[in-house]
Amino acid sequence: MIATVHTHMQPLTVIPVVKDHARISAIGSRSFLLEAPGEFDLPAQRRIWALSQTLKGWTDLAEIIPGMTNLLAIFKKTPDDPAEVIDRLSKAWHGALSIDLAGKTIEIPVHYGGQYATDLPALCDLSGLSDREVIRIHHEATYRVFALGSAPGFGYLHGLDPRIYMPRKTVPSLKMAKGCVTIGGMQTGVAMLTGPNGWNSIGFADLQMFDPQSPTPAMMAPGDIVRFLPARIEL
Amino acid sequence: MIEILETGPFNTVQDLGRPGYRDIGVSASGAMDSLAVRIGNSLVGNDEGAAVLEIQTFPFRLHFTDRTVFAVTGTDGNPVLDGIELPAWCAFTAEAGQILELRQPPKLARAYVCVAGGVDVPSVMGSRSTSLRGGFGGYAGRPLEKGDQITVGAASTNIPLPASGLAVVEPSIALQDVVPASPDGTLLIRALPAGEHGLFADDGKAFWDQTWRISSRSDRTGYRLSGDAIVPTQTVEMRSHGVVPGVIQVPPGGEPIVQMSDANTAGGYPKIAGVIECDLWRLGQARIGSRVQFVRSSHAEARAVEKAVERYIADLRQTIPMVKRALKAMA
Repeated sequence: MIATVHTHMQPLTVIPVVKDHARISAIGSRSFLLEAPGEFDLPAQRRIWALSQTLKGWTDLAEIIPGMTNLLAIFKKTPDDPAEVIDRLSKAWHGALSIDLAGKTIEIPVHYGGQYATDLPALCDLSGLSDREVIRIHHEATYRVFALGSAPGFGYLHGLDPRIYMPRKTVPSLKMAKGCVTIGGMQTGVAMLTGPNGWNSIGFADLQMFDPQSPTPAMMAPGDIVRFLPARIEL
Repeated sequence: MIEILETGPFNTVQDLGRPGYRDIGVSASGAMDSLAVRIGNSLVGNDEGAAVLEIQTFPFRLHFTDRTVFAVTGTDGNPVLDGIELPAWCAFTAEAGQILELRQPPKLARAYVCVAGGVDVPSVMGSRSTSLRGGFGGYAGRPLEKGDQITVGAASTNIPLPASGLAVVEPSIALQDVVPASPDGTLLIRALPAGEHGLFADDGKAFWDQTWRISSRSDRTGYRLSGDAIVPTQTVEMRSHGVVPGVIQVPPGGEPIVQMSDANTAGGYPKIAGVIECDLWRLGQARIGSRVQFVRSSHAEARAVEKAVERYIADLRQTIPMVKRALKAMA
């Protein structure tokens, strides 16, 4: 692949997705975002997990943040030659084989509907499904934790049925409660903090999933399997 | 011990942050002006990353219960010790019982109180920074309140501070050759185009060409910029990805948000640019209501500035103990 980096005052060229090429762009001078080409699916995420393992051996990296079929590599200092970094990331992506992470299974009891399900009626309107169908489709699926982020311990879950995809809100809810079971686009998850939130709430789970004092602060880890159990349905 | 006599909201204990946990969703936090922390700690003989008080609402007053070596950095104003104005960027010894007062900096946003030995609060996940969103770290995971009593760590240095204090050349002067200045006082912040830059018309001209105002809905998490809205030429539903402080995202309303020290660890809004890391301390001192313009930079320029900043800090850390020793020998 050809990474174009010009001399002084020229911008870094974003490498577009072509065939199997990952897209690589900069955030500031020390971070590079690699986005996998293709679908939002488990095979792509498995390659991101593999890439993440490879990058753990790079001594010039400060942090590796796997996202949803993407990965942010934060370097300790601004690289002297960003073209070399892009080339190196690109080669690492090409060399990354699929790995699966052996995760644990987490079962989360959910109170579907009720006062916390503020966006369930809108999701019914959008999907054309009844509230019972939306809830059934949500709890019958099996989810994988693709990545953690956004709030301490928050797991982005993959495996949502496309029938209940729902875009993030244009104007976020100002004070969504911790524990809300939410849908954001093609992703689902459980809100970890009370605060502004652009995802759509359909239920509530009362579960402690983050403890900063613990040696392993986050309950979820990438690769974990998550099932939602309908503890109560209030419609 | 330090006792807080008077404080506004959102003054917190900070250090250089808690990097390394973004992959489990924990923001790095840390001081908005990290350079002021590194310099203040160097002045009082601490490691660069010792915990300090970050003061962003004024007036602020504290009481030293013991004799304490301290320095106030970051601010362009003068701290007041028992009614006497002292220069900032200067280490002094406060006697037991003395009261330090900080007033609103004339132009800048934040002041840092650094004490020899550092602010001694428990380290959580490798840092003493307050995580306001997570409610942990710092002083009981919350902003400082009147009446809080904060322990000061044991000072590591045995080289005494000269009686008349010890000053450094502050970064705005020492680094002026590598910091852009505009004739009308608009803050110029250097940035690189980010992933969705190409979605904005005319190569993002409207973003780069206008002067933005830092809106009142700005805090340690991020600055919201007011100005003529910019909208991408097509909408994209992005997959969530990691972000770092300095990322400039454009939500549907078209007014950009620059993520700052308490930056979310992940995001999904189109990002037009990213501030170069070595300009973040300057942006961290920008006040609500002030004006900022982004200047298109390059990795090469960012690297050169980064080297200049590191040289400046290395010089200070080498020179300060030498000067202290020399003055001790002369005394």
